[in-house]
Amino acid sequence: MFNSFPKLLSAAVITLKLLFASLFFGLFIGLLFAILRLNKNILINKFAYGYSYVFRGTPLLVQIFIIYFGLAQIEYLRTSFLWVILKEPYWCAIIAFTLNTGAYTSEILRSAFQTIKPGIIEAGKSLGISNKIIFYKIQIPIAIRQSLPAYGNEIILMMKGTSLASTVTLMDLTGVAKYIISTTFKPIEVFIVAGGIYLFMTFIIHNVIKYLEKKYSFQQ
Amino acid sequence: MELLYFGDSGWGDELAIATLMTIAVSITAMVIGFVFAAIFTPLKLSKRKYFNLISNSYTTVIRGVPELLVIYLFFFGGSGAIMYVASIFGYNDYIEINAFITGSFSIGIISGAYSTEVFRGAIQSIDKGQFEAAKVLGVSKFTQFYKIILPQMLRLAIPNLSNVWQITLKDTSLISVTGLVEIMRQSYIAAGSTRDPLFFYSCAAVLYLILTYLSMKLINKLEVKYSRGY
Repeated sequence: MFNSFPKLLSAAVITLKLLFASLFFGLFIGLLFAILRLNKNILINKFAYGYSYVFRGTPLLVQIFIIYFGLAQIEYLRTSFLWVILKEPYWCAIIAFTLNTGAYTSEILRSAFQTIKPGIIEAGKSLGISNKIIFYKIQIPIAIRQSLPAYGNEIILMMKGTSLASTVTLMDLTGVAKYIISTTFKPIEVFIVAGGIYLFMTFIIHNVIKYLEKKYSFQQ
Repeated sequence: MELLYFGDSGWGDELAIATLMTIAVSITAMVIGFVFAAIFTPLKLSKRKYFNLISNSYTTVIRGVPELLVIYLFFFGGSGAIMYVASIFGYNDYIEINAFITGSFSIGIISGAYSTEVFRGAIQSIDKGQFEAAKVLGVSKFTQFYKIILPQMLRLAIPNLSNVWQITLKDTSLISVTGLVEIMRQSYIAAGSTRDPLFFYSCAAVLYLILTYLSMKLINKLEVKYSRGY
């Protein structure tokens, strides 16, 4: 049981790398699509809605498989420069996770933008602040604060989602755990160790988000 | 498009059967989840610290650990555990558990943790006066739950249960690692034998989208039904 601990711990590093890379890119995509969702042009709006609907309505496993196994089938992609990225399971997993978390993040941010009181924007306008600055300096910070609790949940869901990277041959925490289980036939012990590492990470994320919520709360 | 023909030449009928399998596993898992929720929700609301601890550790562990890891635990550990129990009763032959049972049980435990949280929230947001009024009127505990608490609770729980259903439906795709032929596994097989993964995984995505869309429509109807009078 304790022999497997160092192996699992080093695999946890890959899990964390996958998590942070996809959260980083996913935040940008989420913000972009949240802004598109608020656009008044119905075509752009529908496009952003379709994106989030498709990625939230299908399992993450399907998305990874389409990107890892599916895209490799297109001849054109295999000769293009993109192939350098798409032949690596690591980057395919990150692309899939990014698109998936981007869809959820866009929904979280959109609802946060919509719950901002119009009075705040009007106050900014009456002070003669330009629309651009109102958006960057007023709306975005408030929206981020509003969406922190929901985004914390999304981070934890994404951390659990990274376990699917093991299905495309990546040896992340779940992948290594499965390998050890299938060689030693000690499922319960390995589950306790690997599950403990996951729970520890969940615990840390949960507390960091709680701290941030407190720090950026409106009543200071 | 001929890849989707029904019969021997296409994969249409296989995919249709696989879709039914996905629905069957999801419903079974959801029902198993309700059984778990029925056990753990009272424990969570109980006044005894000890019961709270049991229930809280169940929901925390299951919601903090990846679904795939739970599935691997039951896939590799399930038959071993059953054989151990059977050996106590003097039965020493090899027992293999059906992939359907392993799959729906592991997904059921996961959805049970989410359902427990949903039911706890719903019961806690019912007005305290309802419990007190029932007590004052001398309604038995059983009638109180079935005639007073449950109908009100369902109205509050259905929107969140619809989320749990969506999660469960999508989680069933993970059972494909155990070899149960549901949508994902069937697409994997089809993709392997026709060397056309893009097409078949896209089909799987479309099938899942249809399932989530239809279930949303159905649940909306239920929601309307249970919120009559509000």
